[in-house]
Amino acid sequence: MFYREVGQYKTSYAADMAVFPILQDRIGLAIILVIAFVLVPLLGNDFLLNSVLIPFLIFSLATIGLNLLTGYAGLLSLGTGAFMGVGAYACLKLTTSFPLVNIVIWILVSGFFSAAVGTLFGLPSLRIKGFYLAVATLAAQFFLEWCFTRIPWLYNNSVSGAIEVPLRKLMGVPITGPTATSLTRYLVVLSIVVVMTWIAANLVHGRIGRMWMSVRDMDLAAELIGIRLLRAKLLAFAVSSFYSGVAGAMLVFLWYGGAEADVFNINQSFLILFMVIIGGLGTLIGSYFGAALIYILPIGLRAIPAAFGLPIRPATSEQLTFVIVGMLIIIFLVLEPNGLARLWQIAKQKLRVWPFPY
Amino acid sequence: MKGPRARDVDLGTVLLAVENVSLAFGGVQALTDVSFDIRKGEIRAIIGPNGAGKTSMLNVINGFYQPNSGRIIFKGEPRAAMRPYAAAQGGIARTFQNLALFRGMTVLDNIMAGRALKMRRGFFWQLIRHGPALKEEVEHRRRVEEIIDFLEIAAIRKIQVGRLPYGLQKRVELGRALAMEPDLLLLDEPMAGMNLEEKEDMSRFILDVNREYGTTIALIEHDMGVVMDLSDRVVVLDYGQKIADAAPNGVKCDKNVIRAYLGEPHGTSA
Amino acid sequence: MDLLYKIFIDPFVQMGTAPDLLVQTLWDGFVAGALYALIALGFVLIFKASGVFNFAQGIMVVFAALTLVGLHERGVPAFLALGLTIVVMLALAIGVERLVLRPLVNQSDFILFMATFGLTYFLIGLGQLVFGGNPKVMIANDLYLPSGAIEFRGLGGFVSFQKIDIAAVGITSIMVAVLAVFFQRTRIGRALRAVADSHQAALSVGISLEQIWVIVWFAAGIVALTTGIMWGARSQVDFSLEIIALRALPVLILGGLTSIPGAIVGGLIIGVGEKLVEFYWGPLLGGGIDTWFSYVIALGFLVFRPQGLFGEKLIERI
Repeated sequence: MFYREVGQYKTSYAADMAVFPILQDRIGLAIILVIAFVLVPLLGNDFLLNSVLIPFLIFSLATIGLNLLTGYAGLLSLGTGAFMGVGAYACLKLTTSFPLVNIVIWILVSGFFSAAVGTLFGLPSLRIKGFYLAVATLAAQFFLEWCFTRIPWLYNNSVSGAIEVPLRKLMGVPITGPTATSLTRYLVVLSIVVVMTWIAANLVHGRIGRMWMSVRDMDLAAELIGIRLLRAKLLAFAVSSFYSGVAGAMLVFLWYGGAEADVFNINQSFLILFMVIIGGLGTLIGSYFGAALIYILPIGLRAIPAAFGLPIRPATSEQLTFVIVGMLIIIFLVLEPNGLARLWQIAKQKLRVWPFPY
Repeated sequence: MKGPRARDVDLGTVLLAVENVSLAFGGVQALTDVSFDIRKGEIRAIIGPNGAGKTSMLNVINGFYQPNSGRIIFKGEPRAAMRPYAAAQGGIARTFQNLALFRGMTVLDNIMAGRALKMRRGFFWQLIRHGPALKEEVEHRRRVEEIIDFLEIAAIRKIQVGRLPYGLQKRVELGRALAMEPDLLLLDEPMAGMNLEEKEDMSRFILDVNREYGTTIALIEHDMGVVMDLSDRVVVLDYGQKIADAAPNGVKCDKNVIRAYLGEPHGTSA
Repeated sequence: MDLLYKIFIDPFVQMGTAPDLLVQTLWDGFVAGALYALIALGFVLIFKASGVFNFAQGIMVVFAALTLVGLHERGVPAFLALGLTIVVMLALAIGVERLVLRPLVNQSDFILFMATFGLTYFLIGLGQLVFGGNPKVMIANDLYLPSGAIEFRGLGGFVSFQKIDIAAVGITSIMVAVLAVFFQRTRIGRALRAVADSHQAALSVGISLEQIWVIVWFAAGIVALTTGIMWGARSQVDFSLEIIALRALPVLILGGLTSIPGAIVGGLIIGVGEKLVEFYWGPLLGGGIDTWFSYVIALGFLVFRPQGLFGEKLIERI
């Protein structure tokens, strides 16, 4: 009853093709943005910001990146972790070499470095598909991981081999480094993620999104209607890696405050892929759902038994996370291969006719 | 059933000529030294028993297969090998025997995908969508809606194509090909699996496309009634070779054609 | 100029002047290659029979080894533990068939591939939960596997062949031979090949897909157990083995996903290649090249010959 579209007539094609054509969706989005930009800063505490929202937003961005590549363009990639790493290391080198330029600019620019690397490793996609392509992206993952540990120039020759994040300010307020408050970091991350999500939504609703989906669904037919496959696939790698790179830079600079190379290992690649699958391949909102579920799960696994007075060791909760995530993936694939996004669509469908059953 | 129509079409200019094309896959000779032409504005049928190489012929014209020898001359330009992208850019569109729709997308998106070559707004405009990119989308959407109205599929245009019945899927595929505004439309068994009513609808669409838009059509079809009614000229293939090339009536009576389809009565010498 | 010398001349000079090291490296690579081949074999088995690319093969190796050692730690005698582990692998095969393969029987290859990712994580978590995450020692002695080394003096130095390595190569060869005979000569083997060709055709002649799948996953489980025992005996049993199993993927690319001889040849090429490159060229780049070298080789193959050395060429029809 709340979700009726009755009475919402579209009188122009532009209105029909809008990203959020239904009024209730637009209202919902506005409410979420108000909560995110206004209420959370007013009411949130450090734990919520630092350990929940900031990483959730960063992983959502990385998931959107992978979703564009795997969900929309159908190109399976296991190199997301490494591409995130490229962004992080690029950002470090840029800000060390040009410390006076605003760090936010460098975070965004490092995405381009990631995009370049991603495009390079995407070249084989012209000749190979499916899990063969996944193996090719593993080549990227392992090679880049090796680079991160064996090329000291990348981590500024620091003795520990880890990235150390210098203090940087935006308009006089510290946003990276130990003195940056979680609120400032949260607002920067939120702004970047919101803008980039908007851009991603624009892309997938237009001709580029259609082009990718054509390549995904049947690339031979896509070629025959005039789509250049290599360009489409390389563009997908480029854009996806850009998003991963920015997410990686934010991960190090705006969340961890420093990092060791193994943050960007193959486990990270898998984790993001799971977020894509569980959230829903080929949906943007699914990226948020998937990131939320997979990221919040271990936190929940620690917090819930503690709430009941049964503390569990961190190692056990980590292992339980693995078990549950593994099971969730299989359960989702069996019951709803289109992930949480589809479940959300079904829920909205029920809301349309509520309180009637159909 | 009507006889062949007299048409005041410019039957002089050749749009596409196939010259001595041969094609082999491993040990199988799909096409042997086939030559024929397709004239601008006509409806050309390609017929023959199963396995005659008709689909392979279309695939060669399309650029999907490269012939081992011979060449295609399209719009006066000879090509020994043509990539699918070049064929699409040159104005060749086609439908497929086994349907090649984008199953994850809606009818509308599938046909809009056909406009891919015509949508030129650059990547950076796409990033912000509002403004020139959206205007271009609306323009093309208008054109696509015309095609949807023409094919009478307006009621289902927001439905995912994977959920549609076969006959409607074939119509969507035709719509996608039409969205390319092709000079030459290749139809591979457009009537396959349809009942009489659906066939009449499809025939009507094909005729309308030819008459109203002047699109040249090459058509593979098994239903002889459709072939006789619709086509201006017919080329007959058997075991990869051309055995007849004439107007429908001429082909109907051709001895070689009858033998290819029906075989020989027992006791007659070859 | 100096750099060119270092890359193109020096390693070969080194090979020539210390042939014992060369032989040692070749032998080590050969052994590693045999074990890679075993892992690849597990993949090929499952892919041939069900069309599923079982990403969890690597973790199955670890899981099998862990189960064996874990049971022994709790006091179960060695050979009984071995028997119980075999039963566990059978249970795993049945579980996977019933809970993963059957519900997903009509889904695309991509979805099945993703499901094996889920299986991988599940087994990682389960293994750690039940048996603990600490590295363990393989019970090689209790299984009567040889230890010690044979040293060979000559070639200007000496070369040592670990007896366990010799045993590994031997056992691998036996396993491959058994599987080859099984596939070619027995009724079940024929049924497996039928299923690999076409599920529907196999069903229509009365072959039970479910039974075949259980058999094939069980066979892959046995292969995984063997690999786990051998590899664990050479180093130790821990989860880094899983990553090593990922190194078997290039073997599959090289050999072709559907070919048993391909898995062997591919494994040997990758094993020997990796060791040679790491030993002679690795120091130029700071070491650790073997983590990605095989992938780069695989990449090269993928671009020029996607079906590998022995695989079947895919022809796409429209």
